Amino acid sequence: MEPKIKIRDMNFYYGDNKALKDINMNIYEKKITAFIGPSGCGKSTFLRTLNRMNDFIEDTRVEGKITLDDIDIYSKDIDPVELRRKVGMVFQRPNPFPKTIYENIVYGLRKNGVNDKQILDEVVEDTLKSVALYDEVKDKIHKSALELSGGQQQRLCIARAIAMQPEVILMDEPTSALDPISTMKIEELLLDLKENYTIIIVTHSMQQAARISDETAFFLNGEVIEHGETKVIFSNPRDKRTEDYITGRFG
Amino acid sequence: MDNKELQRIKSRKLKNSVFHGLIFFCTIFGVIVLALLLYDILKKGLPWLTIDFLTNFPSRFPKKSGIFPGLLGSLWIILLTAALAFPVGVGTAIYLEEYAKENRFTEFIKLNIANLAGVPSIIYGMLGLAVFVRALSMGRSVLAASFTMALLILPIIIISSQEAIRSVPSALKQASFALGTTKWQTVTGVILPYALPGILTGTILAISRALGEAAPLIVVGALTYVSFIPKTPLDQFTTLPIQIFNWSSMPKREFQNVAAAGIIILLGILLLANSTAIILRDKYQIKIKD
Repeated sequence: MEPKIKIRDMNFYYGDNKALKDINMNIYEKKITAFIGPSGCGKSTFLRTLNRMNDFIEDTRVEGKITLDDIDIYSKDIDPVELRRKVGMVFQRPNPFPKTIYENIVYGLRKNGVNDKQILDEVVEDTLKSVALYDEVKDKIHKSALELSGGQQQRLCIARAIAMQPEVILMDEPTSALDPISTMKIEELLLDLKENYTIIIVTHSMQQAARISDETAFFLNGEVIEHGETKVIFSNPRDKRTEDYITGRFG
Repeated sequence: MDNKELQRIKSRKLKNSVFHGLIFFCTIFGVIVLALLLYDILKKGLPWLTIDFLTNFPSRFPKKSGIFPGLLGSLWIILLTAALAFPVGVGTAIYLEEYAKENRFTEFIKLNIANLAGVPSIIYGMLGLAVFVRALSMGRSVLAASFTMALLILPIIIISSQEAIRSVPSALKQASFALGTTKWQTVTGVILPYALPGILTGTILAISRALGEAAPLIVVGALTYVSFIPKTPLDQFTTLPIQIFNWSSMPKREFQNVAAAGIIILLGILLLANSTAIILRDKYQIKIKD
């Protein structure tokens, strides 16, 4: 199968500091790819290069090539705003807008000129159903999103991302601020969403990576030490450092 | 515990209560002075505060004197000042916080805005006289005065708007950008709605400062005796503080009371503006608590 995203000889710099070194990776369509590794090893930085969120940080620079469907996302012809419509993102902490649940979900659509109430209503219902939030919030869709619990807010943020019908969803430790039950619900949700979306998730939890991902990449000090099928990585790692990390010897 | 130790504790406790009394006096001092002033003004002014006072023109006779032209002049100037200063001020703040790159030029502008907020108002009056009244030949008009006042309060509006915009959590901005929105869409969709209560509070406080100013307007050429009301922005004018100043310097004793009545009106308007600021802030803060 042709990879959805290809990363070739990619380096990333914060000023003079090389944060990512010689990354080469293929990410496949409709699979969950997990990035694991200790804090500060470049997982999140790498995730953010895929939708060019690092563009907002001054004095950063990307070398090498990243393609989405064989199109170079760092080429001059690519508008990062367009790119982010195709590559959605969910953050570490739930960050709903201080607006109603409804307005949170349709925010991206409205900004893209969709104002037909019927279409918006449908999108709200569909996305809330697909994040399994509909039954919990159907009576308060026009109330503030901030009244929801942390887990519900995070599912709303996922709904907000998928309302744009992206092709890829990036998730930066989406469950690290949540309790175990909310975490479980989100993990189940990701397994459902994989039918339609390519998901890339950064996680601190090796168990989480083992539970839900198809592919796992192990990062250490800005390098990808090992990348492959999750089963293989966890049962039969090739590199000593991967083995040390997943058996809990460091990190 | 021996005697010495008890003695020490006693003296420490004494120092404590002396200091307590001292700072309490400091607090109460301001309140007492304000209360005395208010009492004096209300005692003198209240009996003179009638509907006629609000609708009459100034007169040689204290009994017939009214504040109508001053009231209208102040309203004209405040509305025009707000209309000029608000968009420019908020625009500047958005530019400085969201668009401008961190470099020497931006730093220089920020430093200058902070300094301008501390320039005495009469300097603005002289600038207004030279630029708006003379160079741009607006004459001694409401318009020239409004431009001058707008310059005067612009730094305050910019600084408070900058603070409000800076307080928008970056998580919200990132959420907006990650949905494929442009910078401007994020400014209008997330940043301004979130920052608006703070911006409005700062603006209203700045405007109430302008409302109380007399010095720059005297320099720009406000009249002190007006027997007409301004109908267009190019008309001449007077304002409440100038009218009050004028009455308080009249030889007839009764004019002191007329001035007091004028002060009550000015205080009332200021109080109204400040309460609006507080109400606006509270109303929106409940909505977006997190």
